[in-house]
Amino acid sequence: MDLFEYQGKQYFAKFGIPVSAGGVAVTVDEAVKVADASQYPVVVKAQVQVGGRGKAGGIKLANNADEVRLHAGNILGMDIKGHVVKRIWVEHASDIDEEYYASFSLDRAAKMHLLMLSAQGGVEIEEVAEKDPDAIVKLYINPVDGLSEKVARQAAVDAKIPAKALEGVAKILVQLYDCFTAGDCDLAEINPLILKPTGEVHALDAKVSLDGNAEYRHPEWAEYSATEELDDREQLAREKGLQYIGLSGTVGIIANGAGLAMSTLDVVNQVGGTAANFLDIGGGANADQMAAALEVINFDKDVKSIFINIFGGITRGEEVAKGIVEAMKRVDLRAPIVIRLDGTNAEEGREILASAGIPESKLMSKPTMLEAARAAVALANGK
Amino acid sequence: MAIFVNENTKVIVQGLTGGQGKFHGLRNRAYGTNVVGGVTPGKGGQDVEGIPVFDSVADAVKATGADASFIAVPPKAAAAAILEAAKAGITFIVCITEGIPAQDEAKVFNTLLRDYPKVRLLGPNCPGIISPGKCNIGITAGEIAELPSAKGPNVGIVSRSGTLTYQALYELKQQGIGVSTCVGIGGDPVPGTSFVDCLAEFQKDPETHAIIMIGEIGGSAEEEAAEFIKANVTKPMSAYIAGVTAPAGKKMGHAGAIVSGGKGTAQGKMDALREAGVQIGLNPTEAGALMAEIVKGLK
Repeated sequence: MDLFEYQGKQYFAKFGIPVSAGGVAVTVDEAVKVADASQYPVVVKAQVQVGGRGKAGGIKLANNADEVRLHAGNILGMDIKGHVVKRIWVEHASDIDEEYYASFSLDRAAKMHLLMLSAQGGVEIEEVAEKDPDAIVKLYINPVDGLSEKVARQAAVDAKIPAKALEGVAKILVQLYDCFTAGDCDLAEINPLILKPTGEVHALDAKVSLDGNAEYRHPEWAEYSATEELDDREQLAREKGLQYIGLSGTVGIIANGAGLAMSTLDVVNQVGGTAANFLDIGGGANADQMAAALEVINFDKDVKSIFINIFGGITRGEEVAKGIVEAMKRVDLRAPIVIRLDGTNAEEGREILASAGIPESKLMSKPTMLEAARAAVALANGK
Repeated sequence: MAIFVNENTKVIVQGLTGGQGKFHGLRNRAYGTNVVGGVTPGKGGQDVEGIPVFDSVADAVKATGADASFIAVPPKAAAAAILEAAKAGITFIVCITEGIPAQDEAKVFNTLLRDYPKVRLLGPNCPGIISPGKCNIGITAGEIAELPSAKGPNVGIVSRSGTLTYQALYELKQQGIGVSTCVGIGGDPVPGTSFVDCLAEFQKDPETHAIIMIGEIGGSAEEEAAEFIKANVTKPMSAYIAGVTAPAGKKMGHAGAIVSGGKGTAQGKMDALREAGVQIGLNPTEAGALMAEIVKGLK
């Protein structure tokens, strides 16, 4: 789960990382209120999870309430690369002497934590990596050992952080590492990490991605999931507890297992179609789950055909088939289903489907993944 | 021969009295796996259909001489369960638990590496391992796995995805091709056992003559495998990578299946494997068909 900047900053603050005084606003009046409390000049920042906010006009400096009113009015509702701005963050504008970069992530190849630190911040780190790779210090941290302030300080020295900022940077690195580990982040990034003329080091931006698997031990994350930007289909799927990702195609997909679901998307694409979604119904695939999945797919107006791709392992084919027949009674589908049922007791399952009295215009069974994909795509393309 | 497990492997089930542990533990036993005990704290002295339950892994190992453990406990308890097994002297651990926080996984992986270097962890979030006819630990339906033939050729399977593993087993069964061992390494970001670990074992195993590998988007495990194959694997291989059409930045069901910052794409993985001499199928069936051709050539 990716956090908005303001949520990231609030999360940072819990671990003691210094951030600017500010607040979040959803209306112009609220923005003015926050600005008045934060001391002028202030920065008004669009809260969207996409890069390039500044260039798109989503970040503006305001010296007084009138300017806040003007900018907040323009930015709220603005469309930045397909993301509509619903919230803005208003904070006291910081004086900046220098800009650095710091992040912690999990390096999957090394199976260790990775600190990336650079004295060149404020620009995309990928850009720095390309132009001047030596400007980025990469430090692998064994999760068993953790990160000490001494090691953090050495990393800062290696990254050529100037002496006057060393203590501040080292301290924030330790705090950020704590946020990353105890806070269960996939990524905790500060860009830019700034040095103020007063000598303080401070997080001017926050990019935080949380590990969904750790949600059970973070009840405080509930407020973050509430603001997650889901489309209506994804919202419905979440309510029904389904693993669903909305896409923009016309073939609705239901498969059991994440790998098989991904594979189903690929095969649909290979035969000239486009998938409307990713949906992993899990191992069970009983009538309740199938009905819930069909409801979500049916809710998507772009869906022209539905491809159910089930491989029976421990779940037997006949149980899956019964589930589908039952689910079809409960949901009034707009689009026809093409099913590929394979694996344990697949033949018995296909017989149940064939003898259920459902016309072929509504439910068609195909023996292989490829044939089923072709049939589903043909239906979706109106052939 | 087979890799990692065989007919002599003695297995305990951590979480045998829970829903998943009981269901799959009993199925594994019915398949012929030597399931010698179960562990549930506070339920020592009971039994599950004749399988004795112990309070701790240490007790179970002492009483049964088990060398492998099948962990089917909830995510909250999984990290501690893995370390308990390692501490008690278990050398092969299969953890099917899905949903373990990545921070816990990274810590467990590095703790095993440092303190218990002889322990192999398979998973978490994996379907398990089956050496057909000998040993089945995990959630694979044993009946879809073709027995290896004495004179071969037999195929080894290694996969990051559960259902695609079954798919691969099934494709080979349809063709009557024997399987030496089928290993599901799991879809999490920090798997205990990697593609490279399995490929190294398959390369050594005299009963394995060819290898199918099933990968998916995210991370760089397939690219690392490609490097390893180039230098070390002489047995013919086919592979399939899922997620060609997956959108960037979205976790596709598995915690580890995500394309981020342009890295971990299916195309990149296929290119790397192809360059290492692996035949690439564009769907699981094609990978199976390619393997059937390879096997024909080996006969």
